[in-house]
Amino acid sequence: MAWKDLVVERRSKETLNALLFFSLALLFVFQFALGPDRERLAAVLPGLLWLGFILSGVLGLGRAFLVEHQNDCWEALLLTPGDKSAIYLGKLAGSLVLMAVVETLVLALFVVFFNVDLAGALPGLGLVIGLGTVGIAAVGTLFAAMTAQARARELLFPVLLLPVLVPVLLGTVKATEALLLHEPLAAVGHWLKLLAAADVVYLAVGLLTFDVILEG
Amino acid sequence: MTTLLGWLAGFGLVSGLVMGFGVAPREVIQGNVQRIMYLHVPAVWVAYLAFIVGFIASVVYLARRRDAADRLAHAACEVGTLFLGVNIATGAIWGKPTWGTWWTWDARLTSVAVVFVMFLAYLLLRGAIDDHERAARYAAVLGIVATLNIPLVHFSVYWWRTLHQPPSLLKPGSSTMPSVILTALLVNFAALALLGAYFIARRARLLAAEEEALA
Repeated sequence: MAWKDLVVERRSKETLNALLFFSLALLFVFQFALGPDRERLAAVLPGLLWLGFILSGVLGLGRAFLVEHQNDCWEALLLTPGDKSAIYLGKLAGSLVLMAVVETLVLALFVVFFNVDLAGALPGLGLVIGLGTVGIAAVGTLFAAMTAQARARELLFPVLLLPVLVPVLLGTVKATEALLLHEPLAAVGHWLKLLAAADVVYLAVGLLTFDVILEG
Repeated sequence: MTTLLGWLAGFGLVSGLVMGFGVAPREVIQGNVQRIMYLHVPAVWVAYLAFIVGFIASVVYLARRRDAADRLAHAACEVGTLFLGVNIATGAIWGKPTWGTWWTWDARLTSVAVVFVMFLAYLLLRGAIDDHERAARYAAVLGIVATLNIPLVHFSVYWWRTLHQPPSLLKPGSSTMPSVILTALLVNFAALALLGAYFIARRARLLAAEEEALA
């Protein structure tokens, strides 16, 4: 599993570069779509931030299993002895590292371009981003493995993923909004619980059903 | 057996109509428009019941690998989506004269819409995988995720709109509803539940015939 993780990391250089440029382009699009009005921008900033995270996450996650396909590694994955949930965890860990790198950079770009004041909110924000990212990656890894075998997979993957991620998106955006207004972490406790519950559900289903997906 | 279910559903629908239009009184403020509730509310109950059936059938399919369980899951999720569609459509028709708008991003409307889209995606996945056995496995996994996601969607959307703890499903205050209206509602619920069961049974049989024809 750790070895798979490393392989994912090494080959993901191409994915990582493309994702970073994608995020940068996204930032410009947001700016152009909303105009220079600072007040309005500040109001929608948490939503934009998570839109950026989710869109780059969808692109990154969607690629996770395509690479296996291109090089005929799918069969090798199927033949791997032992517990298939280890493959799930390995893929998940690889995607998490990738997403964490992209998200850190996107956050930094937001601070620079949109003049966000993160001071004090950073630990809480880190927690929210961590919980949200685990949720996105947990269900995303599962769905990516499923859609890798389907027709029109590039289209099907976000169509499956986005409606399922609505609770995660709402929770993270609302919590981020409150934290950026310098509210204490306790004020978003219910959102944190919801995100944690979502993470537990998605991870449990992923671990339990992944061998079913890798059957053939 | 299925035919009997069909007749029962037909009988139920007739008595539902009689209860809804005949026995139940005209609502004082909204007038006759309110009678759409006898279709609107039971439809969403039946839809969620169907999703629960689909969830159980999906779990059974993954554990036992019986084709019948897969067909039941497929049929139940399809019929559930249909009833949810009826619920949304009647809600819009009801909303126009009473709220003055077809649609509003209210907590309940939003959560039902999200669940609707989730199960549309489920049906889409079924159609997008050529291998029958693989489609069954993947759909079962997605069905489980989608059903478990329903409570998460409800909580998140509720907090998103109100910030307050949601009332429990069967709150004690619901007995304010006059008993005639409640009876009419329950009769219609029974009728639609029978209709849903009939649809599911017919759909499952059609799926079996399809498989036989393709095999």
